[in-house]
Amino acid sequence: MIKFIFKAILRDKNRSVLPVAVVSIGVFLTIALSGYLSGFLGDMIDQTARFQTGHVKVMSRAYAENIDQMPNDLALLGIDEIHKELNSDFPDYTWVNRINFGGIIDAPGENEVSKGQGPAMGMAIEMFSKNSSEIERMNLVNSLVEGKIPKKSGEVLLGHEFAEKLGVKIGDELTYMGSTMNGSMTFASFTISGTVRFGVMAMDKGTVIIDFTDAQQILDMENGTGEILGFYKDEVFMQDQAIEMREAFNAKYADNPDEFAPIMKTLGEQSSMGTYLDLVDSVSGMFVVIFIIIMSIVLWNTGLIGGLRRYQEFGIRIALGEEKSHIYRTMIYEAVLIGIIGSLIGTSLGIVVTLLMQKYGIDISGMMKDATMMMPSVIKSKFTLQLLYIGFIPGLLAMVFGNMLSGIGIYKRETATLFKELEV
Amino acid sequence: MKLLVVLILSALSLTQVQAQDAIAILNKVDANINSETSITKSDMIIYGRRNNRTVTSVGYAEGNSKSFSEYLAPEREKGTKMLKLDDRLWIYSPSTDRTIQLSGHMLKQSVMGSDLSYEDMMENRKLTEMYHAKVVGEETIDGRKTWILQLNAKVDDATYDSRKVWVDTERYVPLREEMYAKSGLLLKKTELKDVKKIDGRWYPTKMNYKDMLKDGKGTDFVVLEIEFDANIPEHIFSKASLKK
Repeated sequence: MIKFIFKAILRDKNRSVLPVAVVSIGVFLTIALSGYLSGFLGDMIDQTARFQTGHVKVMSRAYAENIDQMPNDLALLGIDEIHKELNSDFPDYTWVNRINFGGIIDAPGENEVSKGQGPAMGMAIEMFSKNSSEIERMNLVNSLVEGKIPKKSGEVLLGHEFAEKLGVKIGDELTYMGSTMNGSMTFASFTISGTVRFGVMAMDKGTVIIDFTDAQQILDMENGTGEILGFYKDEVFMQDQAIEMREAFNAKYADNPDEFAPIMKTLGEQSSMGTYLDLVDSVSGMFVVIFIIIMSIVLWNTGLIGGLRRYQEFGIRIALGEEKSHIYRTMIYEAVLIGIIGSLIGTSLGIVVTLLMQKYGIDISGMMKDATMMMPSVIKSKFTLQLLYIGFIPGLLAMVFGNMLSGIGIYKRETATLFKELEV
Repeated sequence: MKLLVVLILSALSLTQVQAQDAIAILNKVDANINSETSITKSDMIIYGRRNNRTVTSVGYAEGNSKSFSEYLAPEREKGTKMLKLDDRLWIYSPSTDRTIQLSGHMLKQSVMGSDLSYEDMMENRKLTEMYHAKVVGEETIDGRKTWILQLNAKVDDATYDSRKVWVDTERYVPLREEMYAKSGLLLKKTELKDVKKIDGRWYPTKMNYKDMLKDGKGTDFVVLEIEFDANIPEHIFSKASLKK
């Protein structure tokens, strides 16, 4: 019978094209939008973790209270011991040192006159360390616009827009002026080894990247660091696990009153990320649910209309002696087939578009010229296995429910009145 | 009606008298604090959360528009020099052998991690040139009677929109100063103590400068030695002297 119904659907395009089209469009939109939302919101979390928060972060208590000011005078000292402890207690995490610092970058010109000067947002990462994953984590190789990654002390990477603003090029010398951990004035000369573009306007306009050991030396931070970032293996953020780890680590120092004792915070506790994570979860879920409900109503309506359009057909079939339950069943089977066909088409299209968006994305850098937020400039979708069923199931079910509802009318038909209806 | 006019005229003239008094007070303060030239050796004590630092420097000044200073200690700062000419500021670093000019918003940076900004250091105009002044009250500070002067900016580029200055009524030395933003927010506060008579002038030899937007004890400036109207060679106030 399924074969018969399938042939009927293919032959009678009047009753199949519209429902299939509606189901396809609805499912396609659900999947494309879900993938886009996952990608955009997930990208922001991932980017923030890699550049700012880590999955967890260890710093001194005093530093944590003033973290927005990058207070290196409140830095963590004695980090050799802390690293030993972290590697021993939490071997599933990779622990890296970072120092964030501010200051002024000056590009010397001729006759002692500067050719460019600007405030710098400095980031010191472990580039020279053999086992370091920071170059890969920061995606520095792919972010390089010109030159190469620093290989020795005294070399620096500059944000590409920053380099253009200063009027400098690869091989030029720069002077950094800032404050040490103790507040002393510090000057250092660097040679530009390369320029980078992260696709985050705020960084590209003012970032300076040096090796961690250089920063320790110029900022008088021997055996010290601003922050120790922890990344779970595979670079995937696991909130529950991070929270558990944080509790265990902080419990060790609970009785230590020293304001410079270390404290651990998860990604969710930093930079309002907690609110953001909750928002991502609830908004994403809410959005998908609302969209599915709306789409289901549309598809239900399509099912209803489909059933009502065939009112006369059902009347004839009842008059010819077909059982009402049989007609109802065939209606449902048709709805299932149409739902499956429409959902398959919609899911395929949705996934193709999601994959394309995942690869190429939408470039919004033009809108972010003066932005200072840490946001990716290219918004990409993200394919997840969830997309395979998130549109398919509602697409199928809504069609079936619609037809089930409209089919109830079949049971209300009375044989005695059928011939009268046929006269009309 | 006649009485009302008399009362209004009296109030107006009282205000004028107060304004003139305030200006006269400020002029006397200027006469005390400022000189044609000066050579000052001082300590700047910066209080940090972990430790305190003392930076010793010697400074040469000609009026309010030219100044040259060299940092003598500690080792990190030794040899760093600054030159201010009118509204331009240069800093020389011996470790990089470079002279850098600071301008614009860079001047809002803190000097040596202290509560003082380069912009604060750059201020070279007299208060009477930048502010309307009037006496608004009296107060006693550390046993010294003071007038309280309210200063409101009359130029657009004044660093602070308004100030309050407590001036010793006998010695014409400021003992306290508060600097405010346009919103009324208190931005900086200075307390001046250890007023000594040097070369016939009363001069505060200890000053605490506090950035009210930061936590902490602020920065202390202690004058170790000061010479007024000293003979300072002109070449000191040149960029060439930075690299010597």
